[in-house]
This record gives sequence, C-alpha cells and structure tokens, in this order.
Amino acid sequence: MSLAIDFKRIIRAGFINFMRNPVVSLVSVLIMTVTLFIMSSLILLNALLSFSLAQVSERVDINVYFYPDATELDTFSLRDDLQLLPEVAAVDYISREDAIESFRERHADDYLTLQALDELNDNPLGASLNIQADETEQYASIVQYLETSSARLSIEKINYNQNKGIIDRLNDIMSTVQRLGLIVTLFFVLISILITFNTIRLAIYGAREEIAVMRLVGADNKYIRGPFMVEGILYGVSATVLTVIALIPITLWFSNFAETFFGGIDIFAYYITNLPQIIVILLVSGMLLGIISSFFSTRRYLRK
Amino acid sequence: MKVRYNNMYNMIYFDNVSKAYPGDELALQDVSLSVESGEFVSVVGHSGAGKTTLIRLILAEVAPTNGQVFFESQDVQEMKSTDVSALRRRIGTVFQDFKLLTGKTVYENIAFAMEVAGRSDEEIDSDVPHVLNLVNMTDKRNRFPRELSGGEKQRLAIARAIVNQPDVVIADEPTGNLDPEATYEIIQILEKINDLGTTVILTTHSQGVVDSLKKRVVRLEDGRIISDTKEK
Repeated sequence: MSLAIDFKRIIRAGFINFMRNPVVSLVSVLIMTVTLFIMSSLILLNALLSFSLAQVSERVDINVYFYPDATELDTFSLRDDLQLLPEVAAVDYISREDAIESFRERHADDYLTLQALDELNDNPLGASLNIQADETEQYASIVQYLETSSARLSIEKINYNQNKGIIDRLNDIMSTVQRLGLIVTLFFVLISILITFNTIRLAIYGAREEIAVMRLVGADNKYIRGPFMVEGILYGVSATVLTVIALIPITLWFSNFAETFFGGIDIFAYYITNLPQIIVILLVSGMLLGIISSFFSTRRYLRK
Repeated sequence: MKVRYNNMYNMIYFDNVSKAYPGDELALQDVSLSVESGEFVSVVGHSGAGKTTLIRLILAEVAPTNGQVFFESQDVQEMKSTDVSALRRRIGTVFQDFKLLTGKTVYENIAFAMEVAGRSDEEIDSDVPHVLNLVNMTDKRNRFPRELSGGEKQRLAIARAIVNQPDVVIADEPTGNLDPEATYEIIQILEKINDLGTTVILTTHSQGVVDSLKKRVVRLEDGRIISDTKEK
C-alpha cells in the first residue's frame, strides 16, 4: 500500500484521537504551554539582559585629556589613529572651547567659580578625546596603545585607571550573569521538558489497552505509534498558539515596568518585532517535544 | 466474501508443546495437536485448563517453554515482529472481553482492521457495510462500544475478525459473558463463517455450546489433552 495512504490514515487517526479525548488533550496542551511559556520568557529575559548589559557597557568609556598647549594637529592625528583601531567603536573630540563651554554650563549657578574663571585670561582647559570600545575588555589594550603613541607627550591624563576598577567589576558581573542565566535557563527548560514528557507518557499509559488490541488486530508499529506522534505534534502546535497569544498582554503589561527597570527597551515591541523567529522556535520545540515524548512513551508497548 | 473449497491441509500444528508461566504450574503439558484448514475445532475445558494459553501461543503472544507451534509450517516463535503482525492479520480473533477499540466507533473498529491490513479506501467503503449487515449491526455503525450490549459487542468483534477474510478465526470464550439468546446468535455466525471455508477454533467451557455444534471437540484438563473426537 502506498505510503501516502498510510500517512493520510495516521494523520486522520491522530486528529480524531486528539478531538475525542478532550481532557487528556487539554491537560497535555496546558502542560506543554507552561514549558513553551518558560522557554519564551527566557528568550525575552535574555533580550532584556543583553540590552541592559549593552547599555551599561556603553556608559563605560575612557577620556584622554590633553595639555592646554597641545596642538590641534596632535589631537586630531591621535583621534584619526584611534579610529583605525579595530577595538575602538567611537571617538569623540571635545575641543578646548567645548570643554570650557560645558564647564560653564555645569557651574552656571556657581558664581565664585565662574568669576575665578573670568579672571584668568586664558582657557585653562585642554581638549579631550572620549573613546568607546566594542567590548569592555578592550579598554586595557587601547590604553596601552595610547601610552606608547607618539602623541603621549601631549597627554595630560587618561582616566582609565580611575575607571579600571569599575570596568573589571562590570566584566565580572556580566560573565557571571551570563553563566548563571545559561544554567537557570537549562534547568527550567529541563524540568519543564521532563514534566511534559511525563504527561504524554501518562496519556499513552492510559491507552495501553487500546495499543494491545491494535497489536492483536495485526497493526504495524507505525499504525500504533503514528497517531500518538501526530497527537504530540498537535499538542505542540496548540501550545505554541496559546503561548504566543498569552505573551501579547503579558509583554504589553511588562513593557512599562521593564522600560524603567532595564532602561530603554520596549519588551512588547521587541516581542512583536521578533515574533516570527519566536513562533518558529516555539513551534519546532513544541512539535519535537511532542514527537519525541510520544515516540519513547509508545516504545515499551511495541515490543514483540 | 471469499469461499474456500475442500482442499484441506495442516494449518496449525502444536508439536509436543509445554508452557509454564513464571511461578506457576504448567499451563500446558506435552500438547500435540493439528488443525486442518476449513475445520471447526472446539477446545473445551474448565477455567485454568489451558485453553487461553493455547490461543496465545498461536498468536505468538507468549512463547512455548518446550516444543514448537507452527502456522502453515512456519514456527511462530521464530517470526520477526513484522511477520508476527502479518500472522495476526491472517487470524481473526474474538475474545470473551471483546477487546474492542473503545475510542473508535463500530464502523471505525472494523475499518481499522482493514486499514492495518493495507486495504484500499474503496474496499473499506464496500466491505465494512457488508460485514455489518452480516452481523446485523448496520444501524449501530456510529455507536461507540460503550453504547452496545454484550451480544452486540461480540457481533462487532466477529465482524472485525472476519472482515479481512482471514484463514482462521479464533474465538476465545466468545459466549462467556452472554445470555443464551446472544450465545446462540454468536455460534450461528461462527458456523456460517466456517461454512464459507474459514477455519474456526472455538474455546469454551460450555458443554451446551459444544453439543449444539456437533463438530470436532478437543478436551483439555490441567494443561493436557484428555480427548480429541477427531482421533476416534
């Protein structure tokens, strides 16, 4: 008999079983929904974490302060050299005029300081460069580059050493958070997979007499196992639909809170933008979980 | 329905078979028995005499402790899993506890047996109504087994057993749970199946059923054959 007919019959039987056992199907779908919900929450949490860590990293920078008598030529050539370094993400040049301007703005209410500044005939502030690296680990090598560069004689101060402690600590925190995140993710995913697997195993255990009868009638393994695997796929698809729908109001509600707490990320917008990928991940995970659980749960009843 | 003529040959053969279940006494002892094609054999004995073990050995559900069981000269114990499935498709089975698929309707129970035998949709569409008519269940085709009486369940089991035109129908205490009227109906149907050329093996503990049949009777007691009317 053709495979297409076998396939059609197995799919039809799976659909019929799914519809005719509403309680078993509902319980299995709900349990799998919890699993997929945990998985998608972890995807979103990971996005939040990455985003906030990226934000914190962006706030880390180093400033190179030049002597007031350093020439513009020196500062510009150092800026251009820095921009060519692969680890440098951005270099901002702050001229002496900009520096005094922002100093005056910061001390607009400090009359004494401004008066003292006015009494100086010259601008006491030097130009500076604000440097941002791609990764926080790269600052050390940038500083090393600065200290050996030809412009080092014009440099009054590099504030790396002041920031170094913070940068190192941040590096530690980020790697710990990422490692912990991975462990927690794997733990939750493993637990929820085991619960789903067990639920499907129980559902198939409930059908063991039917399986015995099917074998007595002479059904091949594919006719016995196939419909259960189709049911597993249906659990996965239904659970994906439920999870995706449930996440819409949840991310919307969570969005406001996350925006203030994690700084700037709109989790709802992130969810909607990445919806196609999230659906694919959940669908594949759910269906695989259903198929594999059904496959292994039926195995013990199919021995000769 | 396929009709077979009188070309009899050894279909099932027990060669000095013994069967012991773990922790139990011997369920069967040194049983040698042959069933020819087209025969109607009743196996009679009290509960625990070994009737059901005899059936389970033919279906390769259990393995003999000693001896061999042959189906058309093939040792059933030597068969691979796929061959066992094929063997079971050649044997229609009817049990005291019906063994129906409770999640499927009357029609689907019969259709399932045809599907697993690789029959086409057209054959299923034509043969299922035919056997339903044969066992007088046409009006119950959309019912689930839980909605049927004992006699109806057994008629459905018979319909499922014969729909693939098996070489043998094995009925293990099919009337054990039925009232006399339903018992009579079932025996009538089994006789009809045999008349059409199918080998029938019936196990029962009811002397009345055996007497009404007037066919070959194998009597089992404590796992041994104590009489076989064929040998007379």
